[in-house]
Amino acid sequence: MSSRARIALKVAVWVACLAPLGHLGLRALQDDLTANPIDYITDRLGKTALQILLLSLAVTPLRIAAGLSWPIVLRRLLGLFAFAYVVLHFLVWALVDHFLNWPQMLEDIVKRPYVTVGMAALVMLIPLAATSTARMIKRLGGRRWRLLHRLAYAAGILAVVHFLWLAKQGVTEPYYYAAALGLLMAVRGWDWMRSARRRATAVGARGAP
Amino acid sequence: MHVRRGGGIKSSEITPYGAYLDRRRFMAGLAGMAVGISVGAQLDADPAAAAEVPAGAPLKATPNPAFKLDDKPTPFKDVTSYNNFYEFGLDKDDPAKHAHLLKTRPWTVQVEGHVKKARTYDIEDLLKLAPMEERVYSLRCVEAWSMVIPWIGYPLSALIKAVEPTGQAKYVEFQTLVNPEMFPGQRKGFFGSSLDWPYTEGLRMDEAMHPLALLTFGLYGQVLPNQNGAPLRIVVPWKYGFKSGKSLVKIRFVTEEPRTTWNKSAPQEYGFYSNVNPEVSHPRWSQATERRIGEFRRRETKMFNGYADQVAALYTGMDLKKFY
Repeated sequence: MSSRARIALKVAVWVACLAPLGHLGLRALQDDLTANPIDYITDRLGKTALQILLLSLAVTPLRIAAGLSWPIVLRRLLGLFAFAYVVLHFLVWALVDHFLNWPQMLEDIVKRPYVTVGMAALVMLIPLAATSTARMIKRLGGRRWRLLHRLAYAAGILAVVHFLWLAKQGVTEPYYYAAALGLLMAVRGWDWMRSARRRATAVGARGAP
Repeated sequence: MHVRRGGGIKSSEITPYGAYLDRRRFMAGLAGMAVGISVGAQLDADPAAAAEVPAGAPLKATPNPAFKLDDKPTPFKDVTSYNNFYEFGLDKDDPAKHAHLLKTRPWTVQVEGHVKKARTYDIEDLLKLAPMEERVYSLRCVEAWSMVIPWIGYPLSALIKAVEPTGQAKYVEFQTLVNPEMFPGQRKGFFGSSLDWPYTEGLRMDEAMHPLALLTFGLYGQVLPNQNGAPLRIVVPWKYGFKSGKSLVKIRFVTEEPRTTWNKSAPQEYGFYSNVNPEVSHPRWSQATERRIGEFRRRETKMFNGYADQVAALYTGMDLKKFY
């Protein structure tokens, strides 16, 4: 890929990932954040975080299933944007919703399973964001770095569970996110089994007389 | 029983008088437009459409000074644009979005079961059954937000007395209209329907007879907007909002505790009583605090939504953790 195409792609991702924030800002200016702005903003930020996180998790499955290799240049950017939205989502909850009422927040984290898993997803994303630089990849070594970054899948699962558990009866939206995540994991699972079988055959072939 | 007394409540305390007038003029204008459109579109096909009550039509009521609050009422716009009414859809802006689909005339309410005078009331007769009062109640949603609303109606007990329940009537059951054409939320989607229809709610007889339980026809000086449960609903201010059934078509007097919709859907989350209680958490979130719509900081939720003085006696000796 030419460096020009790469830059264009990245600019497009920046614009697309900042758009939800811009939309919130615009609605705030028009005093159009519903009668319950804090809930609305928390929901929007959380949903955007989950959407971008799933996009970042789609990069490898896209290569496996569709042979697309260019999305890899966007993965780090997508991951960092997902993290940024998760942090904003958390900050609105902590600062605006609970006004840093620590006992109340701690009680929520311990006693409300959907908050527990949401918080766990946030915590898991911290080391990933911290090790996102080229220097950290080099320091950790590619193998260990890749192993660590499998946590992104765990965070994705917890984030979907967080959404499933907080949604009220009849709300079907989280199921679509669960289905999307399931599909992405299935592609990776299928790929893993395929290469495991290939390795087994290769070993078998070498062992044959 | 003790009912709080206070000075008379004036409309001017609820909304600045100028804003009130402006809104009335605005609503009247809108109503005029709505009538123009609906009559223009439907007059040939259906003469009954002309009898439809225009949205925002004024509803006369005498303020009842015994039921007022010190808290500022929630703006009309928020009351009518943010609420749960699953018949219209799952999101809180769905009721206002789809409200125009609901036709509230002709409308009848069937009152049946263990009563001496079972009958089917026309809505016009129900409107005249007892004098209309304006009462300012706070409404606490089970989702931990709340509003203050000037409702218009009369005590549910007036209707109950009129139909003369027999000794076998232990509970009152309320059913909401089923009509997927008017209520898009009742149409079956990919995952089926969100809830079991008809939406069914219920009260114990003594709860239903309590002077706070209001058979409600209007708010903010006008007929109920469709999204708020037109043409009639109940309002039970010491219970979570979902206990107050909307757009009622049937009221039944029964012996057994009615199986209510949310209780059937998620029994561990929504009990039959569902009294506002800061000490009993919803399994998924705390009920200790609430966000009053329009306010920034959460407030502490009060026992029985602040109506403990009036209603606590109804539950003497009951374990409210068990009967949530």
